[in-house]
Amino acid sequence: MDLLQTKSVEKQFLGVKALKGVDFSVKAGEIHALMGENGAGKSTLIKIITGVYPASAGSVYFNGKECKFRSPLDAEHAGISTVYQEVNLLPDLSVAENICIGREPRTKLGFISKKQRKVQARKALARLDIDINVGENLSSYSIAIQQLVAIARALDVDCKLLILDEPTSSLDENEVKELFKVMKKLREEGMAIIFITHFLDQVYEVSDRITILRDGQLVGSYDAKDLPRIEMVAKMIGKTPEEINQMQAGIVKNTKFGDVVYEAKGIGRVGTVSPVDVSVRAGEQLGLAGLLGSGRSEIAQIIFGVDPHDSGTMTMCGNSVNFNSPQKAVKAKVALIAEDRKVTGIIPDLTIRENIILALQASNGIWKTMSLKQQEEMADKYIKLLRIKTPSGEQLIKHLSGGNQQKVLIARWLATNPRLLILDEPTRGIDVGAKAEIESLTQELCGEGMAVIFISSELEEVVRDCDRVIVLRDRKKVGEVAGEDISLKNIMKLIAG
Amino acid sequence: MKQSSNKFRHLVWPLVSLALLLLFNAIFTDNFFKVEIKKMDSAQESVRDQIPEIPDELPGTAVEAAAKAEAEIQAPAEQPTAAQVPAEQAPAQKSKGVSIFGYYLYGTPIDILNQGAKVMVLAIGMTLVIATGGIDISVGAVMAIAGAIAALLISMLDAGSFPGASMGPAFYWIIPVIAALILATLAGFWNGMLVAGFGIQPMVATLVLMVAGRGVAQLITDGQIITFTNPGLVFLCNGHALFLPFSVWIVVAMYVVFGLLTRKTAFGLFIESVGNNERASRYAGIEARRIKWLTYVICGFCAGVAGLLAASNIKCADSNNAGLNLELDAILATVIGGTSMAGGRFFLSGSLVGAILIQTLTTTMYMKNVSPAIVAVPKAMVVIIVCLLQSPVFRAKVLSIFASKAAKGGVQ
Repeated sequence: MDLLQTKSVEKQFLGVKALKGVDFSVKAGEIHALMGENGAGKSTLIKIITGVYPASAGSVYFNGKECKFRSPLDAEHAGISTVYQEVNLLPDLSVAENICIGREPRTKLGFISKKQRKVQARKALARLDIDINVGENLSSYSIAIQQLVAIARALDVDCKLLILDEPTSSLDENEVKELFKVMKKLREEGMAIIFITHFLDQVYEVSDRITILRDGQLVGSYDAKDLPRIEMVAKMIGKTPEEINQMQAGIVKNTKFGDVVYEAKGIGRVGTVSPVDVSVRAGEQLGLAGLLGSGRSEIAQIIFGVDPHDSGTMTMCGNSVNFNSPQKAVKAKVALIAEDRKVTGIIPDLTIRENIILALQASNGIWKTMSLKQQEEMADKYIKLLRIKTPSGEQLIKHLSGGNQQKVLIARWLATNPRLLILDEPTRGIDVGAKAEIESLTQELCGEGMAVIFISSELEEVVRDCDRVIVLRDRKKVGEVAGEDISLKNIMKLIAG
Repeated sequence: MKQSSNKFRHLVWPLVSLALLLLFNAIFTDNFFKVEIKKMDSAQESVRDQIPEIPDELPGTAVEAAAKAEAEIQAPAEQPTAAQVPAEQAPAQKSKGVSIFGYYLYGTPIDILNQGAKVMVLAIGMTLVIATGGIDISVGAVMAIAGAIAALLISMLDAGSFPGASMGPAFYWIIPVIAALILATLAGFWNGMLVAGFGIQPMVATLVLMVAGRGVAQLITDGQIITFTNPGLVFLCNGHALFLPFSVWIVVAMYVVFGLLTRKTAFGLFIESVGNNERASRYAGIEARRIKWLTYVICGFCAGVAGLLAASNIKCADSNNAGLNLELDAILATVIGGTSMAGGRFFLSGSLVGAILIQTLTTTMYMKNVSPAIVAVPKAMVVIIVCLLQSPVFRAKVLSIFASKAAKGGVQ
């Protein structure tokens, strides 16, 4: 007996078919992974199940009855809770307030009972084996805890189906383990869990069944133990396993280095990063490795002038520079593709064309305006070059999938023809195919003499792509490995200390 | 084709609303669309020194009567024909003086444009500010300041106690105009400094000047209402050129200048980018603070122009009432025009249509003899309807009601 079932669900957005008749079912007491590349239709399917969008055609059955949820709240009342990739909570309210918001316990007089609220919040968190002070503001806890609070909130209602959309993308290894423990516990309690992730290891660690979507169509549902990993990837991107092996082997490190492009001596910022030396040569890819919060992104922000340094000096191509604002860095041909795409990257309501030319236009200034024709040519060039999936450059960027948005941002910075390109988690939340594309692209750029600083929490990527790796721990540089010494083992050793 | 239709899509609903309102007037208000061609009287003519003077012996009233009888022409204006006859008969030797400059259109639609000019000018600046995600509620008070300084200076010039008086009244009115614009622009600079420089929330930052501005205006005029008669100043909102009120040409000029500034340079793109996602814009290398600051400066300048129009209209500077509540009309015009209060995409043309809509509404109320005390109520109702028309959710709901009714009808 399936708890949730969709029958030939379709969804159309302004002429684009995002879902083309998907049959999908989840049983009670199973963890079901929903896999697919960006733009495969995972998010759309979830949003139809939870009532964010109405389906264009087809039907959804929950608990044996046909359902047409008009809003996520509607779905929540029926027993479907969702935890999204970005934590959708209120950072300035306390943990207890966040857990109970919208369903606060009342006193006899109808006032909110603060005491009861704390009790209820503690109980909800205890189910996940978390013991924190629920009176503290949510923002005072790590993203991982916030994510667990979001899950606790989702479970606090009478939940039969829990949907976790990329819950692990901002968690470190231990936190992921904690989350999985919780998921397994919930499975034993008979809850159905839909689990969306891009981390392939994690899929096999917890999932019972795997459903794969591609281009809005169902590829198939499989028992996890019957589906080898390489085959799953092959089904996701529509290529044979042999072709994938070739793609990964195709990444060749560039070994011809030129002069030093960027050099920083003892740059740091009080309370952010202890002084550190960073230098990159032309054609070199420098990795910054470390755990979340170890200071890797902070170094990128300091180099780019978002958070100006308060100690140390920097030189760019031998000239002394002082990047205390992004404008200065951009003018000196530094580019940063920052970590949080939604907050620091895309301008959602502008078109792809406008998003692509933005940085170049910003460095040109107001008066040196590019003509519409020049803009279109540039946009079309990069749409083709980076294979951005869109009908035209006039589409709003917010309608693109995550991987394609990331490609637009890469296009934005390539258009400025940078000498130093800083990529902060460029492959987070995007699919295998796009990842490989981005990795081989950066190698190509290195080959053309660009200096690249690459930040990733996936150490395999760092090992695969970088020529030199600076390892950070607790906002300090703890070591550096280069050439043959770059291996997972060596980096891990440095991180662990 | 598809692109051009997208380009004008934002204008559809404001224009539909305006058309409905005009339709209402066409049916229920007599002579609403009647536009006449009138001859300028000598008082107006004299300030336009490059135009040959109309002879004094020609009685203006006779011309008016003749024009009324003979030429009831629908807008847009045609070359005056019948109306010229009586005029040409009298001073035959001066027939070259009867150029198109000598005539102007007169009627309710023209009046709406003239009276709406203030809000149209304000809406241009307001649109840019709102597009950055901000708001400027001080524009009404800035209008009062601009009017006050202009009136004070012109009275000093008239009395000969200000340098430049020797230029003569036909020229020296430019001094108070420039002074008023500079002061208003400074007010905008101040607002921009608070918002962009110090990061104060726009509503709070501009509230400062909204409250204090009228006090400043009172200080300038020493608490008096200063009246003036300088033909140059009076001409701004009472004169005519090329058939239309001069104020309409001011609006056209401002629209063209700021339209070009925002759409033919990257300024418009930067404004939209900053309004849509300020942090990402900063990461893209846009000087977000400077862009925001600049929009407030422009908004102040626009308020200065509107303030001059307001003062010119009533030939005096009334610090308490000049531009009172006009900031709300300007915000409303912007929103009706399709610019979101959340910032991002902006539409100057939409804001102008919105301003015309609001003025048409106000004028309609007066023509229907709605008492000024309750005029706000029907106005609010129309505004609600316009806003509902613009809401896609509301339209979908209404359409679905019709669709379900049609479906039922089909079954029967």
